[in-house]
Amino acid sequence: MAIPDTVPLLGMSWNDVLFLLLAAVMLGSALLVVTLRDIIRCGIAMVAAFAALAGIYVMLGAPLIAAAQVLVYIGAIAVLILFAVMLTQAKNAPARLVFQTQAIPAAVAAIVLAVIVALSVTATDWGDVGTRIATATDALARLLFNQYILPFEVVSVLLLAAVIGSVYLAKREDRDA
Amino acid sequence: MSQSLDAYLVLAGILFAIGSFGFLARRNAISMLMSIELMLNAVNLAIVAFGAFVPELNVDASVIALMVMAVAAAEATVGLAIVMAIYRNRRTPLVDEYDAMRQ
Repeated sequence: MAIPDTVPLLGMSWNDVLFLLLAAVMLGSALLVVTLRDIIRCGIAMVAAFAALAGIYVMLGAPLIAAAQVLVYIGAIAVLILFAVMLTQAKNAPARLVFQTQAIPAAVAAIVLAVIVALSVTATDWGDVGTRIATATDALARLLFNQYILPFEVVSVLLLAAVIGSVYLAKREDRDA
Repeated sequence: MSQSLDAYLVLAGILFAIGSFGFLARRNAISMLMSIELMLNAVNLAIVAFGAFVPELNVDASVIALMVMAVAAAEATVGLAIVMAIYRNRRTPLVDEYDAMRQ
C-alpha cells in the first residue's frame, strides 16, 4: 500500500505535520520546565524538550548534531542536573512559592521578547533560502580538524578547566586539615 | 512550513523567550540553570537552522553548534558546582534567600 503524499484529512505534507508535532512537544515541555512545581518533573520535561529538539535537528539535515544533542544534553547535562536536584532539594522544605515575586513582569518580558523575535524574523528578507541541505559528516570532520582546530583545542582545555574547577568547588572542605 | 527558515527561527525565539521567563521568574537555583540550558538550546537551533538553509554556512554551522554544546556542558558543570557550594553553606536552593551580600 502506497503512502499518500499528504496527510489524509489534513492536506499538509508529512514533513510539516512532523515539524508541528515536534515543535509542539518541544514548546510544551519547555513551558512545563519553567512552570512545574516539582523540580524532578521539571528535569523530566527538560529531557523531553531536548529529545524533541534532537528530532528537529534530524529534520534540518544535521543528524550528527542530533546525536550529539542526545549524548551531551540528555546523556550528560540532564543527568547531571537531576543528580544535583537529588543532592540539594530538602524533602520537607516549604516550597510554597514556585516563582519569585516578579513573575508577572518576567512573563510580560518573555512574551515581548518572543513577539519581537518573531516580528523581526518574519520582516527580514533572508534571500532565496527555500531548500534545505544536509550536512555530510566527513566534510564536518575535515572542517573541524583543519580550519577549526584551534577552537577545538581551546574547548578541550576549557572542559578540563571546568572539570577541575567544579571538583574544587563541590568538594567538602576538611576543616581539620 | 518545514521548508521555511522563518518557522525554525520563530521556534527558536519562542524557546529562548520561555527560557528567559524561567530564568527571571523561578526561585530555585537549579530551575534557573535548566532555563539557561533551554536558552542555549534555542540559540543552537537558530545556528543549525541557518546552516541548513544557507549553503555557505552549512558545515560551519554544525561545527559551531558542537562548540556551543561543549561550552554548555562546561557551564552546567561549573554552575551546578557553585549551586552545591552555596547550598552547603545556606542549606536552601532558593535564590531569593541568598541575601548575604545585601546587608
